[in-house]
Amino acid sequence: MIMLAKRIIPCLDMKEGRVVKGVKFVNLRDAGDPVELAAAYDEAGADELTFLDITASHEKRDIMLDVVRRTSEKVFMPFTIGGGIRTVEDIRKVLENGADKVSINTAAINNPNLVYEASRKFGNQCIVVAIDAKKIADSRWQIADSSKKETDKPSATRKALPTPHSPLPTNRWEVYTHGGRTPTGLGVVEWAKKIEGLGAGEILLTSMDRDGTKNGYDIELTKAITSAVNIPVIASGGAGKLEHFLEVIVEADADAVLAASLFHFGELSIKQVKEYLRDNGIPVRL
Amino acid sequence: MIAIIDYGVGNLRSVQKGFEKVGFKAVVTRDKDMLTQADGIVLPGVGAFKDAANSLSGSGLGEEIIKNISKGKPFFGICLGLHLLFTQSKEHGITQGLDIIPGRVVSLPSNVKIPHMGWNQIKKLTDAPVLTEIGEGSYLYFVHSYHVVPDDRSVVATTTDYGIEFVSSIRKKNIFASQFHPEKSSKLGLKILRKFGEMTS
Repeated sequence: MIMLAKRIIPCLDMKEGRVVKGVKFVNLRDAGDPVELAAAYDEAGADELTFLDITASHEKRDIMLDVVRRTSEKVFMPFTIGGGIRTVEDIRKVLENGADKVSINTAAINNPNLVYEASRKFGNQCIVVAIDAKKIADSRWQIADSSKKETDKPSATRKALPTPHSPLPTNRWEVYTHGGRTPTGLGVVEWAKKIEGLGAGEILLTSMDRDGTKNGYDIELTKAITSAVNIPVIASGGAGKLEHFLEVIVEADADAVLAASLFHFGELSIKQVKEYLRDNGIPVRL
Repeated sequence: MIAIIDYGVGNLRSVQKGFEKVGFKAVVTRDKDMLTQADGIVLPGVGAFKDAANSLSGSGLGEEIIKNISKGKPFFGICLGLHLLFTQSKEHGITQGLDIIPGRVVSLPSNVKIPHMGWNQIKKLTDAPVLTEIGEGSYLYFVHSYHVVPDDRSVVATTTDYGIEFVSSIRKKNIFASQFHPEKSSKLGLKILRKFGEMTS
């Protein structure tokens, strides 16, 4: 029986070495200090941490390395760095300074070979590919059989219109880059399979449709990916209440769940989520 | 002083800082004299077996490890540092290890997600001194695709279930080595490092 715990991962957005989007944590001297927040989340029972660096200026990105270094000196749990990583050299620096994994998004799309090179060089366990997925708008689908009314039928009954970004008909979600602003024309399922083949060790799957809505994770999307690949999948985007965590783990087979504001604003604690999952028969580390 | 062997594989900072956090001086080194002077030796590492084994034999650090272990010095191998103690590994072709613990390193079964990444439970078979404060069923952090199979099962300290019941730590006299990462296992991991530190002083 597999008792590998389902992981609960808070995500911290950072800019120039400071946590942004205000985190309301009690007993913090400095709520913007990523190292102090990381330690607080370790104390609170988080299984891992993800830092997403949204620093625009490339020159200021060395600040992030300092954060990585200081975090690895104070916090004894795994953490991932994402945002702005473009080259093997960027990855090497982040890992050398003490991060356990790096998460690549846009750079993987622009240069899929980066995933291959980096996983060969550093091991696939430390290469996470972040996928931002958006459902393909209904207007871009047509009903295969026009006599039928458009209902919420499975994708097999639908056909993609030949648009410039036309994904494969079997794909109902498209990969976006640049924080969800730029469509790539790639189907999410085929992209997930491709990066697994290239050596990605994990997928961080964010539903752009659900992100920030608190309406729950995208179960269909997550399930489509967990059934297509054999590497761990972290579900992200849409967590709003306890049931959402259970649902994406049970129904979509997510290996880990990521949430940001829900934890940062103390709407739910990591402990509450874990106890709820445990009470529902899910293995968690408590 | 605890010597953490630097052989060009992976990040060693967390291990060093972990020991410092629990009150023990630890140095990252590839200097053989330092290994001789040290009260305890740690062989950490994440990465490929082949490169690591070549690096240990090419630098002479492998021999130095064997020499110090035979003198009875406390030794702690972590992850790849566990694998390297074994006779040979099948990771990317067959490579010889240090052969301190007779046995093999083989791939995890294909019916589970690889790598095995995250927090999993240990089952204690023998009471290794570094694990005395770690309860049965405790969750520790793992990240690996291969696991060890010792010829002599009596060296097994703990096992863990992941598709199969694999050996998650071993102990033999002054040697302890784990598949899990104490330096990434939060409070429990620090307890393990503290115990090892106490054995060296």
